Amino acid sequence: MNTHSLVSIADISKEEILDLLERAKYFEQHPNSKILDGKVVATLFFEPSTRTRLSFETAVNRLGGRIIGFSDPGTSSSVKGETLKDTIKMVSNYADLIVMRHFLEGAARYATEVTDVPIINAGDGANQHPSQTMLDLYSIYKTQGRLTDLTITLVGDLKYGRTVHSMLMAMKYFKPRFNFVASHELAMPQEYKEFCRAEGIQFTETSDFSPEVINSSDIIYMTRVQRERFSDPLEYERVKDLYALHNAMLANSRDNLRILHPLPRVNEIDVDVDDNPKAYYFEQARNGLFARQAIITRALGINPFEL
Amino acid sequence: MSQQKTELAVAALQHGTVIDHIPSAAVFQVVKILGLEHTDHAVTIGANLASAKLGSKGIVKVADMFFDEAALNRIALIAPSAVVNIIRNYEVVEKRPVALPDAIVGIVKCNNPKCITNNEPMLTKFDVVSRQPVIIRCHYCNHAVSGANAKIL
Ligand SMILES: [Zn+2]
Repeated sequence: MNTHSLVSIADISKEEILDLLERAKYFEQHPNSKILDGKVVATLFFEPSTRTRLSFETAVNRLGGRIIGFSDPGTSSSVKGETLKDTIKMVSNYADLIVMRHFLEGAARYATEVTDVPIINAGDGANQHPSQTMLDLYSIYKTQGRLTDLTITLVGDLKYGRTVHSMLMAMKYFKPRFNFVASHELAMPQEYKEFCRAEGIQFTETSDFSPEVINSSDIIYMTRVQRERFSDPLEYERVKDLYALHNAMLANSRDNLRILHPLPRVNEIDVDVDDNPKAYYFEQARNGLFARQAIITRALGINPFEL
Repeated sequence: MSQQKTELAVAALQHGTVIDHIPSAAVFQVVKILGLEHTDHAVTIGANLASAKLGSKGIVKVADMFFDEAALNRIALIAPSAVVNIIRNYEVVEKRPVALPDAIVGIVKCNNPKCITNNEPMLTKFDVVSRQPVIIRCHYCNHAVSGANAKIL
């Protein structure tokens, strides 16, 4: 049952990741292929996320599919007081695919157990957000020409940042070297460092966002450092500027370096970086469209290369 | 003192089940997992008994009750050292350690208040990710917990 769902990046193999990247590449060249003609995709946003919803809905629209769903559960009386199971069962009567975002962790996994309609997890609380990971991987692949043997520096909130944890999981197939740069309070959790050791992934760990780290990186992945993560507000004030990137810091960086950020940013990347050709975060967001077109066609069992 | 008395007490059971070598701290959780709070059968609970293996151990004896494999294996979660003895006519006819299954369904409450299992009428499910020490991970939200800290439903 439900083998085409995508709940967590950890569920899919190296071959499936590479297949999704090839699909994304195809859709970048053919963004308006009308291959979802007659398909109905439900976008169920139990938690609002305009950015993610627009990206998914644009992906469906450009492929010629139809969309039903809701973007704010507060306005949907059927959802109020109804169990998730009943909502998913109801929508399964109408849709060929369900894209869902939920504030509860594990909601998408549970949804795959109550329906045969494929589920795409568009974020379940602090847990998983695999389409973000796929667009990150596609951005790395596109800018570096490969996924193997890269030095990737993760900066900022490595404790709560689900995108960086998913990145570790997905990159395990590609022999990466990671630099973890964070304050003590937001350091990479022990279990992910153990994961790296078990998978033979090299990593360094430092609280110093130093020139050595920057100049040895192929990718710098910046994340938001949020005030509410800190028990001590003074600690937040102390560290928020330590993990911010300014253009001058990139003076001696590698030519192939690209700066990624899942957006929206607060002050982790100064606007003076935006005009540097190494700044890639806006294009990265655009890659989300192609990555999601790839995930949607896989979920529906449609092969764009055979059409 | 207690070593000999424990042996005697075990032998005194005519028919039933003896679960031995339970860490003392886990004895009452074992009672809960087996649902013995609500049984009419004779139940003997021992805790803080001397044990060469564990230093201090607990034991639970239940007269005239035999538990299915799944129920006994749930005990492995909190008492991986436990040994199950089946008694018939005062004789130990079967003696074996508990075995931890790969998945634990409907037994443990997830510690994560934002987990779907705490907000939807459904069974919990945990995958065993480590056996020594016992560490289980919520199948839904991925939060991990040690067997000793698992909250039994
Ligand atoms: Zn959970």
